Amino acid sequence: MIQKTAGSIDAAVADIPDGATVMIGGFGRAGQPVELIDALIAQGARDLTIVNNNAGNGETGLAALLAARRVRKIICSFPRQSDSQVFDALYRAGDIELELVPQGNLAERIRAAGAGIGAFYTPTGFGTELAVGKETRTIDGRDYVLEHPLRADVALISALAGDRWGNLVYRKTARNFGPIMASAAAMTIAQVDRIVPLGELDPERVVTPGIFVDRVVEVGVRPWLRDTDAGADAASAGPASTHEPPTPTSTSTSKEQHA
Amino acid sequence: MSGRIGRTELAARIAADIPEGAIVNLGIGAPTLVADQLPADREIILHTENGMLGMGPAPEPGHEDPDLINAGKQPVTELTGAAYFHHADSFGMMRGGHLDVCVLGAFQVSERGDLANWSTGEPGAIPAVGGAMDLAIGAKAVYVMTDLFTRAGEPKLVETCGYPVTGLGCVTRVYTDHAVFDVTEAGFAVTELFACNTVAELSERTGLRLVDATGGAGAAAAPEETAR
Repeated sequence: MIQKTAGSIDAAVADIPDGATVMIGGFGRAGQPVELIDALIAQGARDLTIVNNNAGNGETGLAALLAARRVRKIICSFPRQSDSQVFDALYRAGDIELELVPQGNLAERIRAAGAGIGAFYTPTGFGTELAVGKETRTIDGRDYVLEHPLRADVALISALAGDRWGNLVYRKTARNFGPIMASAAAMTIAQVDRIVPLGELDPERVVTPGIFVDRVVEVGVRPWLRDTDAGADAASAGPASTHEPPTPTSTSTSKEQHA
Repeated sequence: MSGRIGRTELAARIAADIPEGAIVNLGIGAPTLVADQLPADREIILHTENGMLGMGPAPEPGHEDPDLINAGKQPVTELTGAAYFHHADSFGMMRGGHLDVCVLGAFQVSERGDLANWSTGEPGAIPAVGGAMDLAIGAKAVYVMTDLFTRAGEPKLVETCGYPVTGLGCVTRVYTDHAVFDVTEAGFAVTELFACNTVAELSERTGLRLVDATGGAGAAAAPEETAR
């Protein structure tokens, strides 16, 4: 029997070694696997290379991992934000290495790694400081930069629900880097609000097929989804569905119908 | 003489040029003001690069959803017909040429249409680029929304960008608080003047050779695409 569900979040991250390259999903706080990051901090791996769109927000999640000085290098597109004070201080002190990548190149390099692409030509960044030293080529009159795939030892991602085969569904813009990171790492660990029985996820709705996922760990329904119809969606009409009537919200046009 | 129009008025001017059915990405900062000025009688779809088409306005207070944010990481809503997708698809929409219009801010735009908007190149500054380089080269039409002059009075339209560039030859049109400029083979062409500005005066203040394409009346030019 295929059983990718992990017994505990600590067990899920137990074997991440020092020096690992770790992709962490999320765009800002949306889709950031905070519970997995907390478990990684507790686990103690250090000298990590982190791949994320940003470089941490506030003092929690990725920012806490940086503050614990476990990260040697970060590969991201947008480190500087109003609440990136942890990264800012480390960077200014010379205590963290930064590889800045245009956001679309970051996404496509990750996608290419997962899809077995050897390298690809992209128009993004041509003629800019971020393409200095890179191979270029003019194809059909347009200028391109050669970019290489970005792989990881481990991906930590967050999804709404998953099953024991590792099939995942996401919610709204929290999807962001999850599907591509899942495909680009040797070991993908997904935290989900709910683990649902095999067969409860509509196959037409599965966004990340289980082939890309190695471990699934349940962290509980996110606070803002409790007592809402979206919270019920978290379980995809599973046994833990709330019996509360749907709470009207400004985003209630998103209600999905489940058989 | 001279004078300038306000940000909201400029946003409305840009919105008026966005046609029915357009798929549009509004950069973070001032360009987001365009969203509130889009004509209600047109179906215009907003793209946000973190993975959504059909983005709606900010939610009512108390109805923010942390899973539903825009590129500036502010809470937004979804409109009927919205769709979500992952980041590689979202940026494929840009570099694949599927976006009709993007509106970006700028530090500088050169008369060849080079854009500088991601770095001032100052030592000690922490660099961040986000999706700016993808948007600059990806959308079918790249509109820039900016003041014509910095607070120090330096023109932001220049012969050659002094700041690190975001993309080369990528800007279609520049909407400023003084006038609208198309990027053409002959340099900047003034298509519309705001307030009491004249082409001659703007040429003198920017130090640029400007083509007068106002038709002599300062009237709005038709919003057809120009060569990029």
